Amino acid sequence: MNIYVFVKRVPDTESKIRIDHETNAIVEEGLSFVLNPYDEYAVEEALRLREAKGGQVTVFSVGTEENTVILKKCLAMGADEAVLIKDGAGETYDGLRTARIIAQVLTQKYSDYSLLLFGKQSVGADNAQIPAMIAELLGLPQVNVVTKLDIEGSEGEALREIEGASEKVSFSLPAIISAQKGLNEPRYETLKGIMMAKKKEIPVVDVQELGLSEEDLAVRLDIVRMESPPEREAGKIIEDEPSEAAKKLVEFLHNEAKLI
Amino acid sequence: MILVNLEIRDNEIKKSSLEALSEGKRKADELNTDAAAVLTGHNLESLADKAFAFGASKVYLLENALFAHYSPQAYAQALASLVEEIKPEILFFSATAMGKDLAPRLAAKLGVSMASDCIQTEIKEGKLEILRPIYAGKALLAVRFKSSPQIATLRPNVFPLLEASEDSGEVVRKDVIIAEEDIKGRVAEIVREEGAELDVTEADIIVSGGRGLKGPENFDLIRDIASLLPHSAVGASRSAVDAGWIDHQHQVGQTGKTVSPNLYMAFGISGAIQHLAGMSSSKYIVAVNKDAEAPIFKVADFGVVGDLFQVIPHLKEEIKKAREE
Repeated sequence: MNIYVFVKRVPDTESKIRIDHETNAIVEEGLSFVLNPYDEYAVEEALRLREAKGGQVTVFSVGTEENTVILKKCLAMGADEAVLIKDGAGETYDGLRTARIIAQVLTQKYSDYSLLLFGKQSVGADNAQIPAMIAELLGLPQVNVVTKLDIEGSEGEALREIEGASEKVSFSLPAIISAQKGLNEPRYETLKGIMMAKKKEIPVVDVQELGLSEEDLAVRLDIVRMESPPEREAGKIIEDEPSEAAKKLVEFLHNEAKLI
Repeated sequence: MILVNLEIRDNEIKKSSLEALSEGKRKADELNTDAAAVLTGHNLESLADKAFAFGASKVYLLENALFAHYSPQAYAQALASLVEEIKPEILFFSATAMGKDLAPRLAAKLGVSMASDCIQTEIKEGKLEILRPIYAGKALLAVRFKSSPQIATLRPNVFPLLEASEDSGEVVRKDVIIAEEDIKGRVAEIVREEGAELDVTEADIIVSGGRGLKGPENFDLIRDIASLLPHSAVGASRSAVDAGWIDHQHQVGQTGKTVSPNLYMAFGISGAIQHLAGMSSSKYIVAVNKDAEAPIFKVADFGVVGDLFQVIPHLKEEIKKAREE
């Protein structure tokens, strides 16, 4: 089974985000970037499927040479190949633009796949749009926010998380799956994997060479401004006997918040 | 026209869809246009009245026996043909599991970019401007659209409901022709856990536990408090989830869910930055923690420095008393 996984480079979730108000972008200086946490579940699932059914796992990332680090991490985890889709646009927050690029790469250069795996969203743009968009552009079934995946021959069944329940979805391959936490427990890179990843060459596909028009590559969201969330004012902190503290807390909820 | 997609679960229109419709109506008034609603499914007629009550002047019913089970592919196809026919300027979805699954598929079909999980909408120069959290709420992004229709999913629990009216309107039925073999993926069944609780994204009140609970069995303390409060859900910090004490569905924060309830109650949660990002937009935050220096107290409206195991029993009694009054 030929499995492609799509990964993104994002700021570590422990990072503080600062904003450059001139450019309406986040300040990247001083941030540490990692493989998007949800993408780790996608990579792990691909590796497990390969181990169970044979085949190949190829990892793709859209961005600049800086994305090589996360691609190497995926190789070190056990992916067979990695491809950089070179695009200098940076974070556009426009899901359709990236979806079009990936769909074009798949149609033109990498059209032999059974399964396309993604994280359910990037922790950053927080769009959760791209898997569904690519599914539409390629005419494939999609199952997003997946916590369990079974593939039998050319059919699949997945559990996807919804509010307070799960949907059991049946679909045919090829298909698009996006991974939710809980799907599996991602493995660590092995020393051997890291050594092999170091030596591995990562082919580059340039977005400019895909025959996409300027219009296809245009950003269709206009970023008006970026701002920090309003700071919360410090509230009342008490230290008291448990019975008194509980009483005062409920008084607050009753009198000020008017919730109880 | 502003078109609002209404989602059906258990044969009812979801509350978060009615919130999106209410917001659609408010913006339609500003634009001197109408709000319309669309329902996709099977045997929908009885649901239209609810849409009229919350601001729709017209309700489109996209019906087909095949729509009884959700399929993003089929639903997007049906919605796209309606959108191409009636050409709304703005299209709202609720940012629910279904909205987040369906809206981008439709946007791609229509060839337009969209905005996810919006918390505020404004009309500026006749166009929609939305505000949405990015980096799980560590920053906010204001965005306008360069293409039409302007598509946005709206975060549940943020936009107020209109007061239900007695108004009525026009029902427009659209029979949708779709071939079963064209649907390559669809929901076979909905699996509910025994005693399934309200989801944190839909709850008015979230009672949340962290590392300070010391073990999975003590989440019962959290569940006890939640059971005393209406429309409440049980939340958890990442460390409690990663320790295996509770399922990931309950996780609040950057690799969990970003929530904006009326009240967030944090017990034994220190307040790591990725957790605070996910819950700081709650209307009220209260916290109980042993450590007076815990970052959670910086965002709490009311904090108790103390042992949660000692405070919670008293808290239960006080809540019961207050609820009885």
